[in-house]
Amino acid sequence: MDALRKKARELLESGDSEVIIGYGEGSGNRARAIFVQKPEETERLILDDRCEQNLAVYLLKREVKSLGKPAIVARLPVLRTILQLAAENQLSDGDVAVIGISPDGELVDLPDFKAIEEYVDSLPLELSPEEQEQLEKIKNMSIEDRWRFWTDEFSRCLKCYACRASCPFCYCSTCVVERNIPQWIPVAPHGQGNLEWHVVRAMHLAGRCVNCGDCARACPVDIPLNLLTQKLDEEVFSNFGLKAGTTSELNYALSTFKPDDQENFIR
Amino acid sequence: MAEKKLLKKESLGQLFEKLKSDGRRILAPRKKENQIAFEEVSSPEEIAKEYIQTTTSAKFTVFPPCEELLRYRFEDKEVQIEDRKLDPPPTVIFGLRPCDAAGFSVLDAVFSWDYQDAFFQSRLEKTSVIGMSCNEADEYCFCTSVGGGPGNTKGSDILLTRLGSGDYLAEIITDKGEEIVSLAPDLFGPAPSDQKDEFLAEVPVRFEHKELTTKLGAFFDNDLWVEQSLRCVGCGACAFVCPVCVCFDIQDEADKNGGTRLRCWDSCGFSLFTLHTSGHNPREVQSQRWRQRVMHKFSYLPDRFEIVGCVGCGRCARSCPADMNLVEHLKEIVETK
Repeated sequence: MDALRKKARELLESGDSEVIIGYGEGSGNRARAIFVQKPEETERLILDDRCEQNLAVYLLKREVKSLGKPAIVARLPVLRTILQLAAENQLSDGDVAVIGISPDGELVDLPDFKAIEEYVDSLPLELSPEEQEQLEKIKNMSIEDRWRFWTDEFSRCLKCYACRASCPFCYCSTCVVERNIPQWIPVAPHGQGNLEWHVVRAMHLAGRCVNCGDCARACPVDIPLNLLTQKLDEEVFSNFGLKAGTTSELNYALSTFKPDDQENFIR
Repeated sequence: MAEKKLLKKESLGQLFEKLKSDGRRILAPRKKENQIAFEEVSSPEEIAKEYIQTTTSAKFTVFPPCEELLRYRFEDKEVQIEDRKLDPPPTVIFGLRPCDAAGFSVLDAVFSWDYQDAFFQSRLEKTSVIGMSCNEADEYCFCTSVGGGPGNTKGSDILLTRLGSGDYLAEIITDKGEEIVSLAPDLFGPAPSDQKDEFLAEVPVRFEHKELTTKLGAFFDNDLWVEQSLRCVGCGACAFVCPVCVCFDIQDEADKNGGTRLRCWDSCGFSLFTLHTSGHNPREVQSQRWRQRVMHKFSYLPDRFEIVGCVGCGRCARSCPADMNLVEHLKEIVETK
């Protein structure tokens, strides 16, 4: 934690960064995002297991951007988010100073996207055993049971869009649910509206999700939304061999056309 | 003064039977994994045991997240409108916390402001509240800062307070409460004592809401709004778990033959909330939406109806993905020089 604070202080004092996006003490023994602009306030930064939120969601937020050049405290999901945002042309190299954090809490020097790519490449990106187990459980259900499982889960959805708001990849300036000429997705939080929203959300994130888990953590009614994007990530990986958040080059399986594609239906 | 009786814990089951045979459905907090929500129950055994607060509020019982207002059909050049028949089931909400019970009066103030909202009113009329005082509170609770309290009777028809013995002190507050007692008068015995304070949770007063309202009158342009809301991600979780947030949106689901008009919950936290057709948005950044949320609850509603648009249940803070803690921010506003 001292090394993190020292690094943050250096960045602010040197003027290399104008705001540090990091974690501080929150309420109810939670950590929360804090935006440190003064060197003396770097003492508020903390780093422990409670620091789970994917802070990269703030990199594209207008009011955070207006604070000046950011540095961000970045564990693996944030690092992967930065690469994926770069691949989607939402970030350029040098836009953000990265204070890399290793899985055991050590600072990692990551001066550019190349360095982040190499570092991410050195880490295991598999789902945790608990995540695997949850996913297996659903995969092993019959189609009818799976349908019941998800319709039951979605029945609690209030359409608060916390899943969307907390996801760094939901950066569309106008979300498809907000388009009403024509109305693609029913706005109301009824069965069909909820189902269509969650299917669209998951499909739009297919192969782009870096598995930070914030959609599920953000959900006030505990819908395990991360399972949907995890599953789709698995599909994209097994079909195309690509994993989101591993490269800053545009290489998105579902929107990249390659003349040497092995499938011929597209030609 | 409300009449005070003793309701034995073993009598609850019989009370539930009487309520059901009177044709009422009973909604009470039920636990499912990490969620506690108001659902229909048939016996007291189904009710969640230890909890501070339900995850979502009981607001949906009188103001559902989505409800049909009318249907219409295009016939030749005419539009045929079919109003919805309002026949909500008689309902008893059991175990509602005093903060939530008080919340119904805030909803009522808005829904009967200059127009009697039949959808809301018809449900409210058919709803009785058997409230439950709080024996416990957490750091998110602040009912006492907004005029409520862990044993506040406002909004309850009967308020139960669990005594040390596990039995309940029942305060019969309204005619609807009397009506419930009259279904099973034998279950309500004489109260050994009318004291309940020692069984109530301690909820310290964190700020003076009148002082806050006064302060907000000249706070509109303060920089604090931006500072407080930097971490707000702009979802509607706070509004949708709130027992008194009342904003809604009207949506038509239609095809060429006709359609259905729906009323759905909306939230001032969304960028779309104030977006004009022209593309102009008077609240174009999150800090302005956060300010609106606070101003609406603690300045505009007190000015207009002499009520606070918040009951201090703490759900918004408990549910917030970014840990926006309302009471902390309100305190900060009051303490700003």
